[in-house]
Amino acid sequence: MKGKVWKFGDDVDTDIIIPGRYLVLRDEKELAACVMEGCDPDFSKKVSEGDIIVAGKNFGCGSSREHAPIAIKGAGVAAVVAESFARIFYRNSINIGLPLIEAKNVSKSVSEGDIVEIDVDNGILKNLDTSEEFEIKPLPVFMMGIMNEGGLINYLKNHIGEIKG
Amino acid sequence: MGMTMAEKILAKASDKSFVEAGEIVMANIDVAMTHDLTGPLSVESFEKIGVDDVWDPEKIVIVFDHQVPADSLDAVENHMIMRKFVEEQKINNFYDVREGVCHQVLPEKGHVVPGEVIVGTDSHTCTHGALGAFSTGIGSTDMAMVFATGKLWFKIPETIKFDITGKLKDNVFAKDVVLNIIGKVGADGATYKACEFGGEATSAMSISDRMVMCNMAIEMGGKTGLVEPDQKTINYLNGRTTKNYEIMKTDNDAESLETVHIDVDDLEPQIACPHNVDNVKPVSEVEGTHIDQIFLGSCTNGRISDLRTAAKIMKGKEVARGVRMLVIPASREVYTKALDEGLLRTFVDAGALVCNPCCGPCLGGHVGLIGPGEVSLSTSNRNFKGRQGSPEAEVYLSSAAVAAASAVTGKITDPK
Repeated sequence: MKGKVWKFGDDVDTDIIIPGRYLVLRDEKELAACVMEGCDPDFSKKVSEGDIIVAGKNFGCGSSREHAPIAIKGAGVAAVVAESFARIFYRNSINIGLPLIEAKNVSKSVSEGDIVEIDVDNGILKNLDTSEEFEIKPLPVFMMGIMNEGGLINYLKNHIGEIKG
Repeated sequence: MGMTMAEKILAKASDKSFVEAGEIVMANIDVAMTHDLTGPLSVESFEKIGVDDVWDPEKIVIVFDHQVPADSLDAVENHMIMRKFVEEQKINNFYDVREGVCHQVLPEKGHVVPGEVIVGTDSHTCTHGALGAFSTGIGSTDMAMVFATGKLWFKIPETIKFDITGKLKDNVFAKDVVLNIIGKVGADGATYKACEFGGEATSAMSISDRMVMCNMAIEMGGKTGLVEPDQKTINYLNGRTTKNYEIMKTDNDAESLETVHIDVDDLEPQIACPHNVDNVKPVSEVEGTHIDQIFLGSCTNGRISDLRTAAKIMKGKEVARGVRMLVIPASREVYTKALDEGLLRTFVDAGALVCNPCCGPCLGGHVGLIGPGEVSLSTSNRNFKGRQGSPEAEVYLSSAAVAAASAVTGKITDPK
């Protein structure tokens, strides 16, 4: 996966990603039209299919609203890279099949507009503008299984018998 | 080797005799709660799985609280989706627009008991740990899995135990204690951890106060808040629940336990300043800050004790000119008590607006939004940019006492 970077800071909360007044919406594209409006009202117009968000620590803190990762995915963002993620956002993203990449020091060394390449299999994120490489923290095996099957709904379709026991 | 309360509850729920932090378990869910705002996405996801019936309609609780009464066609459409789901799935534990905020209604109606696993599609579901349950917020797709299977996977969390000693001054409350802790620990200081509150100051707290503490655990990244059940817990449950329950407590030799000591003897009222909950200052540092709107309510501080505290301060006084004040009791039970005790009369006489039980302006989606450049002082739990309306507005968080004292003066005021 390779894409252009949009940079955000630490503690990007769910109200920044999708403000509360839009939670009545359920459609991915309608939600995507308001994504990141809390800090950049024009973001949804600027972002293109395949772009990558790079942020600091605690990305997605706050609410359990799944509207947040849905809006990001709906806007065409291919992955969110951050120093760390808040826990509910993390689960929600994997569940809907939005790739999250955790990598230390990445937000300090990647700039907006840089092109980064993510190699999940080998656990490497490379900034193609600076040739700098970062180690990716691997997903827990269980979550990798959900991600590889395209999210929790597909995973359940395939495994509901064994889960129910 | 011992276990923490969180470990014991999750071990029992996953039919294991021992679990340890970091382990992944598939736990049986005792209560699954959803509401009018995140419920529709949960239902949509559930329908995609291709299972006709929910695993156990008696374990599902649905509460309408975020947009009640419906304020838009989108909101009423969401309500209709949920009412249809309730009817199709024969869900008895359904609280329509009249009952109040989910995190207040669940314990009031006896759905919360010690030792159980509770999940809700709302991050403040951690509130219910105040009664000794493992209770946590999840997303809509996770809820769809629970609807279909009655199970959800958990990574067993480590526990931070806050040993809170000392005695609170008269004008200092649980909200001040938990804001102080969040200020020290930081917005991600307890990420993925169970936040257990103990010590003599926690023992001295009422169940309402303990709910305030646990409610805010998510604001430091916590997976759940917890308080060890005691006689106060049992007294609260008596007459509210018919469920059997098991009280579990943390062993001192539990390996994943980290203890943090906090003394509250000298604590003064605390304020979370814009735009992060961990940006906490003592009230003396922000006193005099101009306020446009005061919100007294929410799942954090909309309980009867909060309304009593505020009414005592506001009795015979008036909300300052140019300030609008919203008082929103957290539930119908709180509302009727406040009605019987004459508290609502005090607020209305003071010039406050008393609204029906709901989440109100807390999440900026329903009543009482604030505009560009405006400042809100709120007893709720989040002050993120744009949280209560315009991204150019500012939100300060405080106890009910600071909110009431500030309503009268029109600026942030120490209630001493």
